[in-house]
Amino acid sequence: MIVELGHFALILSVAVAAFQMGGPLIGHLVNDERLMLTARPSAVTQCALLTISFGALTYAYVASDFSVSNVYLNSHSDKPLLYRVTGVWGNHEGSMLLWVLMLAVFGLAVALFGTNLPTRLRANVLAVQGAIGLAFGLFIVFTSNPFLRMDPAPFEGSGLNPILQDPGLAFHPPFLYAGYVGFSIAFSFAIAALIEGRLDAAWARWVRPWTLAAWMFLTVGIALGSYWAYYELGWGGWWFWDPVENASFMPWLAGTALLHSALVMEKREALKIWTVLLAILTFSLSLMGAFLVRSGVLTSVHAFAVDPERGVVILAILIAFVGGALALFAARVSSLRQGGIFSPISREGSLVLNNVLLTVSCATVLIGTLYPLALEAITGAKISVGEPYFDLTFGALMIPLLIALPFGPMLAWKRGDLAAAMQRLFAVAAMAILITIASYSVLYRGPWLAPIGLGLGLWVMLAAVYELVTRARFGDVETHVAWARFKGLPRSAFGTAIAHFGVGLMTVGIVATSAYRAETINVMAPGQTVSIAGYTVRFDGAAPDQGPNYTMERATMTVTRGNGSTTTISPEKRRYTAPAQSTSEAGILPDMLGDLYAVLGDRQPDGQSYTVRVYFNPLVRLIWIGALIMFLGGMMSLSDRRLRIGAPRRPKVQPVDVPA
Amino acid sequence: MTRKQRRGFLIIAAVITLTIASGLVLLAMRDTIVFFYAPSDIEEKGVAPGQRIRIGGLVAEGSVVRGEGAKIRFGVTDTLKTVPVSYEGILPDLFREGQGVVAEGRLDPSGAFTADTVLARHDENYMPPEVAAALKERGVKLGPGATHKTGSSPTAASE
Repeated sequence: MIVELGHFALILSVAVAAFQMGGPLIGHLVNDERLMLTARPSAVTQCALLTISFGALTYAYVASDFSVSNVYLNSHSDKPLLYRVTGVWGNHEGSMLLWVLMLAVFGLAVALFGTNLPTRLRANVLAVQGAIGLAFGLFIVFTSNPFLRMDPAPFEGSGLNPILQDPGLAFHPPFLYAGYVGFSIAFSFAIAALIEGRLDAAWARWVRPWTLAAWMFLTVGIALGSYWAYYELGWGGWWFWDPVENASFMPWLAGTALLHSALVMEKREALKIWTVLLAILTFSLSLMGAFLVRSGVLTSVHAFAVDPERGVVILAILIAFVGGALALFAARVSSLRQGGIFSPISREGSLVLNNVLLTVSCATVLIGTLYPLALEAITGAKISVGEPYFDLTFGALMIPLLIALPFGPMLAWKRGDLAAAMQRLFAVAAMAILITIASYSVLYRGPWLAPIGLGLGLWVMLAAVYELVTRARFGDVETHVAWARFKGLPRSAFGTAIAHFGVGLMTVGIVATSAYRAETINVMAPGQTVSIAGYTVRFDGAAPDQGPNYTMERATMTVTRGNGSTTTISPEKRRYTAPAQSTSEAGILPDMLGDLYAVLGDRQPDGQSYTVRVYFNPLVRLIWIGALIMFLGGMMSLSDRRLRIGAPRRPKVQPVDVPA
Repeated sequence: MTRKQRRGFLIIAAVITLTIASGLVLLAMRDTIVFFYAPSDIEEKGVAPGQRIRIGGLVAEGSVVRGEGAKIRFGVTDTLKTVPVSYEGILPDLFREGQGVVAEGRLDPSGAFTADTVLARHDENYMPPEVAAALKERGVKLGPGATHKTGSSPTAASE
């Protein structure tokens, strides 16, 4: 009964989405404000209906109702409760339902928090949201309905892919989707502005927090996925330039560019057309990500539950939205007025450079991802484009970006003074170069580019700190005055500095772990030891054990550090029964300077020895800590009063209640 | 600075970056891409030994031999031809006889393949599209492991 209710709510939400699209648009055309005002209640209703629908599916999973074929195919009554819940989005149908639910939640947020938006703009934004909801709602109902029943109902489900039964991956899709879908708001605002032909600084002020929120979710989502791949797949790597990974990374790059260009538009009314185009492209890349992941047209190690036929439908939706948006853009672009002018050496100029580098690097990722597909379609040759390609193209483009990054916040709007900025950053640069040389003399074994990469990361980190210090004028005025100034700095300044610091930290982590990683594979009998990066690892043997829904062999390894202290790590090899599949759990010792990472391989014929692979990944955790810090920077920036959506200036004096 | 000058500056900046990026892309495409072959292709298309390639097919039944230490030998087959592969390391969790596999490495003059990477898939129901296509071309009938789950099919229980 509850499942039918959810099914019904889903179908009803599609109808409401149609009204949410049609009502306000017709209202806009015939200039009827009452019709435009229907957008808000529609958005609220749509979100409520989808919440009911998603709740019903979750109920079916928790209760293990195997008469629902989606539950039968993707769940099992043995599974712990957490994975019965997260199993809802561990499959195609459920994850699409989560996708539209997120879309509706963002629509709801615009309806609720956008109280000070002009009625017409809000109506059009919600109408575009409705259109996206309608397209994907129809897609779910007709091709991917999670509520279909089976008769007779089976007694037991066939289980969730064990590799997905992990806390890291359980929360990776919701964050990722919140990011993807969050960019739909920027898209809807762009379309609404094009429909109206009105685009001003206020528009950018409304768009920026939404983009920032989406960007933050996507950052966390990608970082969670990367962290999961690191500890769960047992390859010791954290990024594989796999098409599915690139599919989430491209919207992130475009979204990062959009964040920065919206800043120029808000402050200086420049780069309007570019910002609108970027808003369209960012969401288009999100849609393309959904298509690439769901259709399985590209070879990916991360492919789950792909279905080429449904991929075609997503492709059609993608073409309709992107094509429609770009056509509207082409038709209306000439009516948008040009904004303020600026010198190449200025804050705007530096943000333009940021945008050029980010979008071009995004394009190189796009080419690397789609080229195999194009080549196969044209010549039939099958190729794979891997890490060396991305290192050479994407990596090379990141170098100028990181060099230029610290200059941006140091330059004034409109016309900046590069020489003065260089002078101010001289100390920072000197420090970064010194550390580079020092690290080169210590770590002379690694590739020659690595110390430069480390230096670049440090340069960005130090400059972020230094920027706040100079803005507070520490050392220039008395300390307590500087401290007061420091506390008085706008939160967005802290946000920028924190996020940039995170970028630098991540760079250090990436360079260190890529260049100085150590690895050894051995067959080890109990009692044997292996030395790596100053650690001694003793294999103490492996014993069978039992988990909630799997059996395993768990090894015990004693790790002795250079200073004599010891710790135990236990890599596992798990065998799940439903479905029958094995997974590896790496044994990881997170230490100050890096992770010691051990994977248990196959048992040797003697029954006692195992193949064991041990890695030392220096500073690898800085990658995810850096992402987390970027997220915190975003939070800080979002909490800035000036950015808060519809932060109308509060009246200084509370209005006095007039007695009735 | 006039609007025209600013536009000129923007265009020049964009063109320079694009030129450098395209140069890098072309350079990288020439040196870093890896071609994929099915076992039968290797003879037919005359793949030169020493070239870095990927081969894909099914792990031949009964072909997996564990050697000394972490060395492993197995055959990759498209049922018409089988290529012997040697690999040293830990195989992915989903590596099994009769399942799809992709190996990357070099062919030696004797026709044996030395792999440095054996690719894992996360989903037992997933068949790499190249492998599926290569096998289909050869008229190999695919087992249930190669078909995609059709989650919404109400008749799924009868499969």
